[in-house]
Amino acid sequence: MELMAVNGDTAIAYAWKQVNPDVVAAYPITPQTIIVEAFSDYVADGEVDTEYVCSESEHSAMTICIGASAAGARCATATASAGLALMWEMLYVAASMRTPLVMAVANRALSGPINIHCDHSDSMGARDSGWVQLYGENVQEAYDQSIMAFRIAEHPDIQLPVMTGLDGFIITHAIENLQALPDDVVKDFVGEFKPKYPLLDVKNPVTMGPFDNFDWYFEHKYQQVEAMNRVPKVVNQVFDDFEKISGRRYNVVEPYMTDDADYVVMAIGSTAGTLKAAVDELRAEGMKAGSVKLRMFRPFPEKEILEVLDGKKAVAVMDRAISFGSSGPVFPEVRSAMLDAKDAPRVVNYIYGLGGRDVPPADIKNVFRQLAAGESEKINFMGVRV
Amino acid sequence: MKIADFVDKPQRLTSGHRLCAGCPEAIIARQVLLATDKPVVVANATGCFEVSTTVYPYTAWAVPWIHTAFENAAATVAGVESAYRVLKRTGKVTEDIRFVTFGGDGGTYDIGLQALSGAVERGHNFLYVCFNNEAYMNTGIQRSGATSLGAQTTTCPAGTCIPGKKEFPKDLTRIIIAHDIPYAAQASPHNWKDLITKAQKGFEVEGPAFINTISPCPRGWRYDSADSIQIAKLAVETCVWPLYEFENGEYELTAESKRIAEGKKEKKPVIDYLKTQGRFRHLLKEEWTPVIEDIQKNLDERWERLLKLVSL
Repeated sequence: MELMAVNGDTAIAYAWKQVNPDVVAAYPITPQTIIVEAFSDYVADGEVDTEYVCSESEHSAMTICIGASAAGARCATATASAGLALMWEMLYVAASMRTPLVMAVANRALSGPINIHCDHSDSMGARDSGWVQLYGENVQEAYDQSIMAFRIAEHPDIQLPVMTGLDGFIITHAIENLQALPDDVVKDFVGEFKPKYPLLDVKNPVTMGPFDNFDWYFEHKYQQVEAMNRVPKVVNQVFDDFEKISGRRYNVVEPYMTDDADYVVMAIGSTAGTLKAAVDELRAEGMKAGSVKLRMFRPFPEKEILEVLDGKKAVAVMDRAISFGSSGPVFPEVRSAMLDAKDAPRVVNYIYGLGGRDVPPADIKNVFRQLAAGESEKINFMGVRV
Repeated sequence: MKIADFVDKPQRLTSGHRLCAGCPEAIIARQVLLATDKPVVVANATGCFEVSTTVYPYTAWAVPWIHTAFENAAATVAGVESAYRVLKRTGKVTEDIRFVTFGGDGGTYDIGLQALSGAVERGHNFLYVCFNNEAYMNTGIQRSGATSLGAQTTTCPAGTCIPGKKEFPKDLTRIIIAHDIPYAAQASPHNWKDLITKAQKGFEVEGPAFINTISPCPRGWRYDSADSIQIAKLAVETCVWPLYEFENGEYELTAESKRIAEGKKEKKPVIDYLKTQGRFRHLLKEEWTPVIEDIQKNLDERWERLLKLVSL
């Protein structure tokens, strides 16, 4: 393994270089831009075989990837915020056409007002589009997930697009240590892309994306449901295989100090790292604190959540996005999972960090203290001026 | 080129599709697909042609065909063609394949213009064919940027104050030519020889090619289904739809339009064309005579401008 000092975006471009996808189509958008810049350097220097298409919009970037994937090519793209919103219509097409695309999402707030910094309102908005969603905590995870995503997406039992989230600026632009795998190990791990019914097989013509009436549409949607249901098994297989080549263990739900914990706070992305630091400090102060990192949001790992949280005294779900008129998007999923618990804790919601608002450990420790004191409302807004 | 040369060629778009009787879209597509013997992959925008040829679990397509959405047929084919480039380079695909895209005027003039402009600017190797029936026919005859001034549609109805569409149609062919595209043309299904010749050039040119075809719509234009080809011919004879091509940076008139320019064929008045279609029927009332005069004046100006471009 090679030790590098890189930011999250560069780490993803480096992972793609090692994967050597057939087609990359993308449009520049902050804070994703470094990915496409770094990757275009590899293209310019002939270090990849990739056909790199500088599309005129994100809508076309996603479309080009769908067309190329349907044609039989391994494809990747990256976006953020408004760019993901512009792809919106095509996210559904990618999933329904079962094109196994890989997309890095540099999580960023949506307008308005315009804001370029981190929150999860972009990818959470794409919740129902039929994509598998993974989130990473740091640069290493951004790199690792970018490699694993190809294996998950292209697995013959899945054939669904996979989105890997990394927090805008916090991970995309922060330089950290990266243990990069050797090129040949990555190449062997992802293997060769074997499309099932490639459009370019002109001897066996297929009609892709036809008009579906009420007599078949529902059945096709159900096939997507079945494919999603097969994801957890495949994801765990891929995590197992990845541990063998890297020594790094991944899980869809990653608990920290939860075995004997009374109070648990859970989050997605970089905040999961801050949570662990806060837990360490609170443990030193004598509080039985624990934390949970949610790596996979779609499909939602209800069973794993239930196992980790059952029997705790109180749980706070931290959401870096909000569904106006309701709560954060992760909160109701966790609450719903806990309905099946024998000994369910009180589950509350903390909306935090919108538009890149800083999340210091002191604020997280305060969440634990409010939980322990029973002072949390059902939905809380961390550090907002009201 | 003899029509007998084409009769034995394989049918790439088979019969049994569900297009309306008299719809020229299938005629145009079949003429285009006759223009190459190479394997073809077809991309389609959402619209009449897509919904009627691919009602799942049936398909009228005997060649690979893809549709993703409405505004992005050019981006879809750009993706397919990009995959072809890399898979050809790495030896995973060996055939010499041609790529063709079909879209209506809504998906080309309006919502799909950005994707088309991007794909042409990037130089993808494909032929884009626009079926211009001058309105959103698939959703029930709504105005598009290609709708003629004075035409009635459901979103620009003729009323007591407004005589149908208030604006002249967008000249999309010239917009695409402004990209310095290697090949662009206007064609009509009534002249199969002219259309197939243009499609042959479009398939064989290196880089993007664009053919804008007039595609009369019996439902939307309000005429008898048997008259489509006759009306397409009238569109050319009245210079509503001049036949020309843009190749190697030069404009050239073709077929009837060339003969009109050379004085060998009569340039008919636009009224001959307007009175064949229900969408213009209201213009025949005396109060709207100035609208017909406006249309004639605009057509004359466009024709004169085209003649200048041809002679430059």
